[in-house]
Amino acid sequence: MADFALPKNSKIVKGIDYPLESDSKNTRKVNVYRWSPDDDENPRIDSYTLDLDNCGPMVLDALIKIKDEVDSSLTFRRSCREGICGSCSMNVDGTNTLACLKSMDDIKGDINIYPLPHMDVIKDLVPDLSKAYAQLTSIKPWLQSDTPASDGKERRQSPEEREKIDGLWECVLCFSCTTACPSYWWNGDKYLGPAVLLQAYRWIVDSRDENTGERLDALEDPFKLYRCHTIMNCTQTCPKGLNPAKAIGEIKKLQLERQ
Amino acid sequence: MSDYEIIDHEHDVVVVGAGGAGLRATLGMVAGGLKTACITKVFPTRSHTVAAQGGIGAALNNMGENDSWQFHMYDTVKGSDWLGDQDAIEYMCKNAIPAVTELENFGVPFSRTEEGKVYQRPFGGHTLDYGKNMARRACAAADRTGHAILHTLYQQCLKHQAEFFVEYIALDLLMDENGACKGVIALCMEDGKLHRFRGHQTVLATGGYGRVYFSCTSAHTCTGDGNAMALRAGLPLQDMEFVQFHPTGVYGAGVLITEGSRGEGGYLTNSEGERFMERYAPTAKDLASRDVVSRSMTIEINEGRGVGPNKDHIFMHLEHIDPATLHMRLPGISETAKIFCGVDVTKEPIPVLPTVHYNMGGIPTNYHGEVVTRNGKDQNSVVSGLMAIGEAACVSVHGANRLGTNSLLDIVVFGRAAAQRALKTVEKGSSHSPLSPSVTDKIVARLDKMRHSAGDTSVGEIRSSMQNIMQKHAAVFRSSSSMDEGVKKIETITKNMNSITIKDRSLIFNTDLVEALELENLMQQAIVTIKSAEQRKESRGAHSHEDFPDRDDKNWMKHTIMWLNDKNKTKVDYRDVHQNTLTNEVQSIPPAARVY
Repeated sequence: MADFALPKNSKIVKGIDYPLESDSKNTRKVNVYRWSPDDDENPRIDSYTLDLDNCGPMVLDALIKIKDEVDSSLTFRRSCREGICGSCSMNVDGTNTLACLKSMDDIKGDINIYPLPHMDVIKDLVPDLSKAYAQLTSIKPWLQSDTPASDGKERRQSPEEREKIDGLWECVLCFSCTTACPSYWWNGDKYLGPAVLLQAYRWIVDSRDENTGERLDALEDPFKLYRCHTIMNCTQTCPKGLNPAKAIGEIKKLQLERQ
Repeated sequence: MSDYEIIDHEHDVVVVGAGGAGLRATLGMVAGGLKTACITKVFPTRSHTVAAQGGIGAALNNMGENDSWQFHMYDTVKGSDWLGDQDAIEYMCKNAIPAVTELENFGVPFSRTEEGKVYQRPFGGHTLDYGKNMARRACAAADRTGHAILHTLYQQCLKHQAEFFVEYIALDLLMDENGACKGVIALCMEDGKLHRFRGHQTVLATGGYGRVYFSCTSAHTCTGDGNAMALRAGLPLQDMEFVQFHPTGVYGAGVLITEGSRGEGGYLTNSEGERFMERYAPTAKDLASRDVVSRSMTIEINEGRGVGPNKDHIFMHLEHIDPATLHMRLPGISETAKIFCGVDVTKEPIPVLPTVHYNMGGIPTNYHGEVVTRNGKDQNSVVSGLMAIGEAACVSVHGANRLGTNSLLDIVVFGRAAAQRALKTVEKGSSHSPLSPSVTDKIVARLDKMRHSAGDTSVGEIRSSMQNIMQKHAAVFRSSSSMDEGVKKIETITKNMNSITIKDRSLIFNTDLVEALELENLMQQAIVTIKSAEQRKESRGAHSHEDFPDRDDKNWMKHTIMWLNDKNKTKVDYRDVHQNTLTNEVQSIPPAARVY
């Protein structure tokens, strides 16, 4: 048997334990991945025991409580705290999600928090998303149309046409799906991943867009599109309840239809 | 200051902030050929514009009601309680129509009418025929209009290959000895390097400062960094006492439930099951202006008719609305109610409470987006090289109370106006004048001091004290005694900034440091807000003074402007409200009693 082992400096070690200094009965242990590029230390898991009677219900509330009251060096992104900005995507209890939408009540036992998987880590729970953003730009995610609206005003779009982009445009670009995809883990440099393909499909089916053919041409590639193996992790994990796997399937169907 | 590497950039224009206003300005400038840098502390689509829900106001007249921009203007002036500048309001309401059409042409996924036009819904304070009937004027993309607009503007910026500096927090403006702005210094969060951006115009599009309060709908990042930079640059902020409480924040969590939910037929009830808004606003009822609804709810609760075990909130009902309509028109808040209060909106009411939502005040500007200040008798003295747009600015189109849908409108109309102005005033590629090193040194010294803070009080502790003081002493209703006490408490807590501690010494993604810098920004605005409130001896719009319950046009129909020096001492002055209109296409709207 081949012996697979992580490089020495990648092994996650046990970190600091922050016990609770109160006699609350309603406590929870939160285990958080910590890593900083400033020293040569290995990544570690710090454990914080929190009094849930004095904490909001969401995982993000716990992280903010830790940062405000226990350890201000804990680093994570957050902004809207209501699931619309997409900043606080991370791996909680084994699943990629938005920390602000994840209720601690839905998690049994300790709460384990890691950064989004298989992305370079800048620090603690902050992943480097620049590659994913560049992939988004690569699909030209803007309306392409040379024909002005007939009356010089709005482009008309029937409610039925408009309905086709429901479930697509609402994506918050948190990349929970992309970073949950094994195919993206292997071929993230060439495969676009579910979040970006969902956006690609959003423009393909927008009745106002006139470059459908060019958009499909650009995706007709063994890697960009066809590394999707219908594993469905993307749909399973999406914190907004969207279905990137279906969108990818629709793009594949359109490719077949025009052959 | 050799500890810090400083990287220099030269642009025609520097935009600080990538929300709707910043992106619309950036887009217009780049498309017009100006070399533009857009600096933002969060990735553009994470800006708080993304959280706007209900719609963007424009008299497109898609619902066949003979709506007009003149009606929109009347509603906005009345909504502002006659503190809004009518020239700017005319500009905004008139330009609303091409601005929203343009957004559709950019690709915003608006909901549609049967005819395929942009769908419009009723919203608070928006009427036809000068208050006679409710108008359907809010152009909506379901209840995620801000998301739709912000993402589309970012897409358009990508199309035009705009240059972004993402996760850079702006520290301070580069002000020369003549008081002109020459650019800005920002800290790159990823590697801790400092960047000095030179621009012939610097545009502050940094949003509001809702986080001075304990309970707000605003994002954690809404810390009004641009407002505080303006204060530190020796410029005043205007009308900071006017803080909007949105009637329907979720009780407890504080997250927003759009006014569009009342636009779609939702209504409020008290503990007696009474639709109490009928008493306070017989015509508009639940769709009266936000200040009116928030006050009415607070009175109901104060008089013992709140709901819940502590009688401390109000119910909002949607369960009478067809579930298919809720699914199509209000999917976002249906999800929000489920997640944040476990409520199925098709079956039960949502517990709500007036929650801090928007800052009418900010950096005073003219309707071109140029920052103005009072210079002796000159009340409209333009500050060279500096512009402000969006929630950070006080144009003033919102006066003492903003109408729903007018904030998304404000950002696109004045983002566009700022771009047009910059294209007129900036010579492309012209050289930048030398700047004394002391200007940079002062900014770096402030950063260095904060970074090495080693006191005994955490950022979280000071912030929480400040937020609680503001929540208690600058609330929906204010009184002289309460505000006096608030001013004293804020002055005391400000001193704690000297004993702040930063645990993270790293320069890599140091959010401990960033939050401390943001706290300093918040604190400066908290002082100006409560002191502006304390000195205004009348009630107008969102400023409800219990000791002076009436509007006093004779003495107080004027903008407050307030400066803050480096000892945290304030200085107050005033600017006249522009009651004149911009053109002869509309008459000035004279002050009248505000009845809904």
